[in-house]
Amino acid sequence: MLAQSPVVDAVMLESRAADFAKRSIKREAKRAAIDLAIRCIDLTTLEGKDSPGRVRSLCAKARNPAPGAPAVAAVCVYPNLVAVAKDALAGSGVKVASVATAFPSGLSSLDVKLRDTEAALVAGADEIDMVIDRGAFLAGDEATVFAEVAAVKKLCGAVHVKAILEAGELGSYDAVRRASDIALDAGADTIKTSTGKIGISSTLPIALAMCESLRAFYRRTGERRGFKAAGGIRTTKSAFAYLVLIDETLGGEWLDPDLFRIGASSLLDDLLLQREKERTGRYTSPDAIGKD
Amino acid sequence: MPTLQYVSSRESTPAGIAPSYGHFIGGAWVPASDGATFATVNPATDEELAQVAAGTAADVDRAVAAARHAYETYWRPLSPARRAAYIYRIARAISERARELAVLETLDNGKAIKESRDFDVPQAAAHFFYYAGWADKLAYAARAGRAPHALGVVGAIVPWNFPLLMAAWKIAPALAAGNTIVLKPAETTPLSALRLAEICAEADLPPGVLNIVTGDGVAGAALAAHPGIDKIAFTGSTEVGKSIARARAGSHIPITLELGGKAANIVFADAPLDAAIEGIVNGIYFNQGHVCCAGSRLLVQESIHDEIVARLAARIETLRIGDPLDKNTDIGAINSHAQLDRIEELVASGVADGATFHRQSATLPDRGAFFPASFFTGVGPAMRIAREEIFGPVLSILTFRTADEAIEKANNTRYGLSAGVWTDKGSKSMYVAGKLKAGVVWCSTFNKFDPSSPFGGYRESGFGREGGLPGLRPYLRFAPNGTPESA
Repeated sequence: MLAQSPVVDAVMLESRAADFAKRSIKREAKRAAIDLAIRCIDLTTLEGKDSPGRVRSLCAKARNPAPGAPAVAAVCVYPNLVAVAKDALAGSGVKVASVATAFPSGLSSLDVKLRDTEAALVAGADEIDMVIDRGAFLAGDEATVFAEVAAVKKLCGAVHVKAILEAGELGSYDAVRRASDIALDAGADTIKTSTGKIGISSTLPIALAMCESLRAFYRRTGERRGFKAAGGIRTTKSAFAYLVLIDETLGGEWLDPDLFRIGASSLLDDLLLQREKERTGRYTSPDAIGKD
Repeated sequence: MPTLQYVSSRESTPAGIAPSYGHFIGGAWVPASDGATFATVNPATDEELAQVAAGTAADVDRAVAAARHAYETYWRPLSPARRAAYIYRIARAISERARELAVLETLDNGKAIKESRDFDVPQAAAHFFYYAGWADKLAYAARAGRAPHALGVVGAIVPWNFPLLMAAWKIAPALAAGNTIVLKPAETTPLSALRLAEICAEADLPPGVLNIVTGDGVAGAALAAHPGIDKIAFTGSTEVGKSIARARAGSHIPITLELGGKAANIVFADAPLDAAIEGIVNGIYFNQGHVCCAGSRLLVQESIHDEIVARLAARIETLRIGDPLDKNTDIGAINSHAQLDRIEELVASGVADGATFHRQSATLPDRGAFFPASFFTGVGPAMRIAREEIFGPVLSILTFRTADEAIEKANNTRYGLSAGVWTDKGSKSMYVAGKLKAGVVWCSTFNKFDPSSPFGGYRESGFGREGGLPGLRPYLRFAPNGTPESA
């Protein structure tokens, strides 16, 4: 683990982040970007009322969002529903991601967190979205944060691990940068902004601070690790700002479902609406898009 | 693997440029006394935009007379609150016509539309709003026992790098203080000032309160030397500024000069480097480097030199150069081929002196005046590229070891307009900022402007301030309370 992380300046970070939303992506570039964004979605349902029927419906949408549209990257569910999703997505190439490690708070013993993860793995999860222990991080116990990410990664082996920082709880961009560096050094394949369960989820400055960590990690090790923005991204325009951020901060190689994901539910419908508009030249009714 | 493409996305608002323009004198559009005109050109395409009156000494005479008449007849007797109402009206009209003004500025100047849209035009409107507020509160600009009085007729000469904004910096405080004005825009960028004259006419500003004489140095020199003006406000090159100061020596009229610069942008090893890279890019590539306060001398602490150079080289590859009207363009056109020649000559001198030239690899458009985002490493302190203002998107990188060495190197220039300091330590930025001989020092940011914040230089960067209360005072005369207005 790095002894120290570079400092982050909030003013310049926010000013640079605002630039990304100003790029104008139109016509054929817009059509390509819409399909790219769809291919990078982790279509997510994480509610107490999630049921097998609901998950099957979501999986059907994930495989075939609309006629001619590409499939999404993954479906993200609670561990109990991994088997249902796995079955519904068989043969589609769409992956099953499961939250784990006492999601969303992460406040349980390491033993419980590992069992939680194991249950998801046994059910067939392709990817594990774990939460870091923010309580330990804010108490200054970085070693625990590191050790837990390392333990989960060890258990997962080749299975992809996304470490959720819950950036909105960390209190500063410096802390977001520090948590990113720790998670990457501990072996997380992807760092993820948020659980989507608190008021502040993904913002462009938070994403930029995390991508600066990924960029530095790549410079240091030559290894490309992934980024996932989750929560609060509901419109095509806001999804595009993330694509621009990735492109201009990390480079075009990162604009790939292996290295970039957007965790979302309603975003897909807006992308499909815009896709239809680009295809026909006019806006259609939101009800013309099949809801999940 | 698909990567993100930005196809051209051009701002389509029409600029409404007429085939020809006269001077705006006494509320009317008039041709030059000898009928001569010259072309103003779009530097991104080399195409003519319009023919503009070529100002003569006789035209300047006429404009000064109109301004004097308006001062005595309309403007001076007007209540300050009414004066404020006119200035507010101009500010609102600029905001309402922002898109059109941005396109016009981009066509005539070559700057990227995102800059004219997000910086030039909103800042111009903000200056009018700010100084409108001062118009009926001038007493608060004076020390106790003294009363403020207007000066009379202001002669203002503005440069081509921020044509509308520099005009606003002069016109707004001049009018708020109760003066009338004769403004000469730069030869290569007259159109936005002429559009502003149209806006003022539509706002019913009394005829002669604002007069615009277009032309080259002939008109400028005639205005600067005119015996009928009561103040000179000049923004432009140090060379011309010096000639104005010489010409007016002993004439007892107040002068403010905002001239060139070769600002040091100092980056310490403890700085937030991701932020510093953005600050370096903004400092030198903003407005194609046509910025008097550009951070054109980068002083980096020796231990981070290689990292900064590597990161900067990667960052400039993401800058998009080309069609200024494309909303995705970061670097537009150089304002004129004359300026491009000057940049190329200085760059050639840097190469000949042994510095290493790095540039973005993007292909330049095959017509128009363009120069890539670029920087020099291995720059010696005596090289011309370390001492002279390049006024283009070219950065010179030098190193230092300690804070005191950075201060010494930063101050080792004949200029003193601006500087930047990048460190995570507040105590260090305060220490360094306090010792820099520069009119404005930005700490962990660069090129931040606000109408309420004074801006101006030390040494050969000029004297006087623009913006805020210090920017208002040069347009006023302060006399003991009870002194008659005409004294």
